[in-house]
Amino acid sequence: MNELFARYPILLVSLVKVAVLLFVLLTSLAYMVWFERKVAAHIQSRIGPYRVGPHGLLQPAADGLKFLMKEDPTPEGADRFVYSLAPFLTLSLAITTIALIPFGPSTIRIFGQDTPLVIANVNVGLLIIFAITSMGVYGVALAGWSSDNKYSLLGGLRSSAQMISYELSLTMSVVGVLLLAGTFNLSDIVRAQDGFSWHFLPRWNLLSPTLPQLLGFFCYFTAAVAETNRLPFDLAEAESELVAGYHTEYASFRFAMFFMGEYAAMITVACLAAILFFGGWLSPFPQVPAFAWTHYLPTAFFAAAGIALVIHGVRYITALGRVVLPAWGLVLCALAFICSRPGVIEVVQGPFWFLMKVFIVLFVYVWVRWTLPRFRYDQLMAIGWKVLLPLTLLNVVLTSLAVVAHK
Amino acid sequence: MVPISYYSTLSAVLFGLGVIGFVFKRNIITIFMAIELMLNAVNLAFVAFSRALGQLQGQVFVFFVIVVAAAEAAVGLGIVILIARNRQSLNVERVNLLKL
Amino acid sequence: MTAQMAIFLVLAAVAIAGAINLILQRHPIHSALSLVVVMAALAGLYLLLDAEFVAAIQIIVYAGAIMVLFIFVIMLLNAGVEERTNMSHIASYAGIPLAALLLLELAYRVARASAPLVAQPTPEGATRQLSLLLFRNFAFPFELTSILILIGMVGALVLAKRDE
Repeated sequence: MNELFARYPILLVSLVKVAVLLFVLLTSLAYMVWFERKVAAHIQSRIGPYRVGPHGLLQPAADGLKFLMKEDPTPEGADRFVYSLAPFLTLSLAITTIALIPFGPSTIRIFGQDTPLVIANVNVGLLIIFAITSMGVYGVALAGWSSDNKYSLLGGLRSSAQMISYELSLTMSVVGVLLLAGTFNLSDIVRAQDGFSWHFLPRWNLLSPTLPQLLGFFCYFTAAVAETNRLPFDLAEAESELVAGYHTEYASFRFAMFFMGEYAAMITVACLAAILFFGGWLSPFPQVPAFAWTHYLPTAFFAAAGIALVIHGVRYITALGRVVLPAWGLVLCALAFICSRPGVIEVVQGPFWFLMKVFIVLFVYVWVRWTLPRFRYDQLMAIGWKVLLPLTLLNVVLTSLAVVAHK
Repeated sequence: MVPISYYSTLSAVLFGLGVIGFVFKRNIITIFMAIELMLNAVNLAFVAFSRALGQLQGQVFVFFVIVVAAAEAAVGLGIVILIARNRQSLNVERVNLLKL
Repeated sequence: MTAQMAIFLVLAAVAIAGAINLILQRHPIHSALSLVVVMAALAGLYLLLDAEFVAAIQIIVYAGAIMVLFIFVIMLLNAGVEERTNMSHIASYAGIPLAALLLLELAYRVARASAPLVAQPTPEGATRQLSLLLFRNFAFPFELTSILILIGMVGALVLAKRDE
């Protein structure tokens, strides 16, 4: 084993990156649930989880324990192999796409090897991400069929038909970005958005000087919301329709896998939106010496968050909160200090801006879910085929005309 | 470096397995899937030979084969649905009205 | 044993196992899932042959759309396990070894005939060159295939419609 790593040091480096990313991803999946419940609650003028741990922060742990301990029945007439395969497929495919997302431009040293901040820098990275998300349809269809339940089958068929229809619009809405960048490589697409028009407007694809990809972003976001089966397009799995659709017969850990798969797909789509339309890891401030103070923004952000947490925590209601919250505040302040050290400050710029953009897109995702009403299924399919697809084709035509005119 | 003959041998084996599935299975949809397996084996041969000759025409032809397979699958499955509706069975031995 | 050879052997074994499973399984859904496994293994082999675009297209179109169509039709028609055959035992005892012999003969001949071939290095920017080939030299077949897909769509719709 050691000589395998000695001959192919990239294996060890990739393993370390995969382990770190997997840990971060699974934690953020769990806390995505907490975030959604809190935001939903505040939109609906209530508080949300606040009993389990300070501000409900231990709620994901409680949910995880519940999922692990619940009874896991299998329906009698269900096809056992396919019934177990479906949630596993959904979760593993959704998590795999994160391997292709670049988090920053710089290279870091792991075990003496210089390696970029991405696990797999494939030349056709964007196409592979779409390939993996298109395989996600299997999880839904097979789950619905193997549950031996008419409502599940109907829900599964409806869900997968919806996913296939919106996959077309999703892929076509990105063609405008591809025309502007000229490559499928995600890192190169971000680098093509470098620079500033008129010295202050960043040249992100949303505000591109050739043709602002506003129509493309709108189509992409709508198709992505439909692709991940979220409101306003979630008729096939909503609680009040079809008895929760394709995951009716799933309990405890398998249901948790579906849940996590859905949030992982959301995170993937948000990361892609940030890379394709919002300039990925590029800072919104020009990189001129006059703006060198913006390099300290991550430090300032973490320091402000840490100090606010400390001040709020020492006056919290429960004793546990009075200990835990200031402790986390101090951790954030330490992180802020680390981010201002000269070796770390360049490396942390890219991922900081990238994660900020992803966070904003996720917030809009949750915001849209708890604001808009649901579409009926025939309205949903009509929008997918009769509205979004022609809009994306129009976007492709306009962008190609703009690119040719710009040359 | 993997020799190209390994890829074409694998393609031949998959093609042969597709032929075996086509001949021995009785469910129409499974027969159809054996046909798709044969098409995939041929695609592998095309890509392998395209790499062997250093040209990209092989990959262009793979593109066309995939497109034709898609159209054929759509129409073929439509016919399968009609057969299932008319004969109430997916067994190819029951589609025997034209037999002597 | 280089890394490439090891990956090739693993993917080839998965592909052959999937193909054999397609033949041996009795429920069409399991056969369909085995075929998806074969297609995924083939996509891996295409990546090994430096044909990245073809690999992505294989997964998106073949494994992600055509096989989903198959699975939809199997679910729609509620296909069950295959019935017991009334094929005579002599036919199966003679037929299966003959089929295996055909397979081995085919594989041997192809291996012998393609033995002298050697892999050429792939050009840089293969996707770009592929698209130039497709849209310049092969533009007419490209348009023809789009009409073919339109015909297929219309045909499938007409065939599968219920008579109202």
